[in-house]
Amino acid sequence: MVSCPEAHWPQTASEREAAPAQVRPARGAARLGVLALQGDVREHSRALAALGVQVVEVRRPSDLDTLDGLVLPGGESTTIGRLLRVFELLEPLRDAIAAGLPVFGSCAGMILLAGDVLDGRPGQPLLGGLDVVVRRNAFGRQVDSFEAEIDIAGVAGGPVRAVFIRAPWVEKIGDEVEVLGRVGDRIVAVRQAGVLATAFHPELTGDGRIHELFVGMVEGARGRRAARGTPAHEA
Amino acid sequence: MSEGLTAAEPASRGHGPDHGSVPTATLPGPPVPAGAGSVAGAGGGAHLGTARVKRGMAEMLKGGVIMDVVTAEQARIAEDAGAVAVMALERVPADIRAQGGVARMSDPEMIESIIEAVSIPVMAKARIGHFVEAQVLQELGVDYVDESEVLTPADPHHHIDKWRFTVPFVCGATNLGEALRRIGEGAAMIRSKGEAGTGEVSNAVVHMRTIRAEIARLSALPPDELFAAAKELRAPYELVAEVARLGALPVVLFTAGGIATPADAALMMQLGADGVFVGSGIFKSGDPARRARAIVEATTMYAHAGVIAKVSRGLGEAMVGINVSDLAPADRFADRGW
Repeated sequence: MVSCPEAHWPQTASEREAAPAQVRPARGAARLGVLALQGDVREHSRALAALGVQVVEVRRPSDLDTLDGLVLPGGESTTIGRLLRVFELLEPLRDAIAAGLPVFGSCAGMILLAGDVLDGRPGQPLLGGLDVVVRRNAFGRQVDSFEAEIDIAGVAGGPVRAVFIRAPWVEKIGDEVEVLGRVGDRIVAVRQAGVLATAFHPELTGDGRIHELFVGMVEGARGRRAARGTPAHEA
Repeated sequence: MSEGLTAAEPASRGHGPDHGSVPTATLPGPPVPAGAGSVAGAGGGAHLGTARVKRGMAEMLKGGVIMDVVTAEQARIAEDAGAVAVMALERVPADIRAQGGVARMSDPEMIESIIEAVSIPVMAKARIGHFVEAQVLQELGVDYVDESEVLTPADPHHHIDKWRFTVPFVCGATNLGEALRRIGEGAAMIRSKGEAGTGEVSNAVVHMRTIRAEIARLSALPPDELFAAAKELRAPYELVAEVARLGALPVVLFTAGGIATPADAALMMQLGADGVFVGSGIFKSGDPARRARAIVEATTMYAHAGVIAKVSRGLGEAMVGINVSDLAPADRFADRGW
């Protein structure tokens, strides 16, 4: 169930698109945000909603309250970075990620999570959270964009169809970073503690396994917090 | 671009239902040039230029602003302001209107200088039906080709067969039938035409409302009436049925043509646009950098009047407008395309 933080009239045509079979979130289901400044927010929201979690769009700092996890969508990383700063989300998000909020970023989201970016804009705002160096547009321009089948560690049921659009790759990783997937010899999926990132777009294929992996990470973090008795938004 | 960068997957128009959220049309398309796509660093088994890769690129632009630029310097201003892409062209629509003459694809040197200047995607325009201009733009490495009514049409009967290209295309539309004809020809993104170069938003509003109303009507029809609806819309039946089922176009729908202020951009977003093209509205205004930032912010926060009020303050002169009703029929770009 996608809940919209503000009523607006009318709904966009695309919002009325047929969604995949949605599951009504159970009472107490995890509450996941999708950063909704720019990009393919709707596709991530739909993929998450199909897994039975609550989904909220995040545009303002107050939208971060009570989230159990956050998705940074595909889009234009320089645009999203600038809007993070303008709408005063950059610092609150950095703090939340540093404090252990589980985050999943695809493509532009991976760039935002990187500790450093090559071929970025000078001073391009980043959130950090992943001890990696990412090269932006590493696979080339749009005419070089492609699909490929790749195996992802921790994802059962065969390879996933990965869609790479002007995609980055991970050029360097720190000791704490686990490589989950490669295309050729390039690293395109990584995980470090509660942070997951892919250079490709699992939200475009209707295959929910990567989102399921992330929701599993979120549930794990919730379980650990519950064991410690810490409410989600204070974690 | 190099050898082998051709669409490698003839089946790219019919991935089947398991592939979810970038729905693909089920049209029998013309043969796609063969050629195994080898991707730098990607190893074997990679497919270039599939419908999903083309349509997916447009999905990534959603909620963003694409700005017309005529120099590398303007492109940098646009990128700094938060544009998701720039449209490289020699003259903005307002100047094409003022100066008259035949408007063509831009000089490759100028397009390359803009590709060099920015890290965001670069689009460029080809004339309607001028598939060689499109081949040149693909060769230059532009990220999206706009087969645009703003340029002088090269073919009064046929649009470009866009399935034959690796580069994706965006096309203008004034109504649903036109949008579906373009998608049938392979367009991976649609924009309302509006009336470019006027600074007058009314045609964009009419086109967006028309497309939405026609989609709503299709969604309400019983299946046995979709055949006649396809005939009335002059659009492929398979696409008509797909729109009826989805309640939306199978590709991203942006708006264009006459957007000049932050409020114009937010208006179009509230009317259902997925994002905004701004042509002459920015660099024909008094303070382009500031107006560009304001339009980007209003597009993101399109439902927040407080933000729109804040960013609209003190922007200086908007572009000088032309009332669409004052244009002679021959001067209306929106009537170009078939």
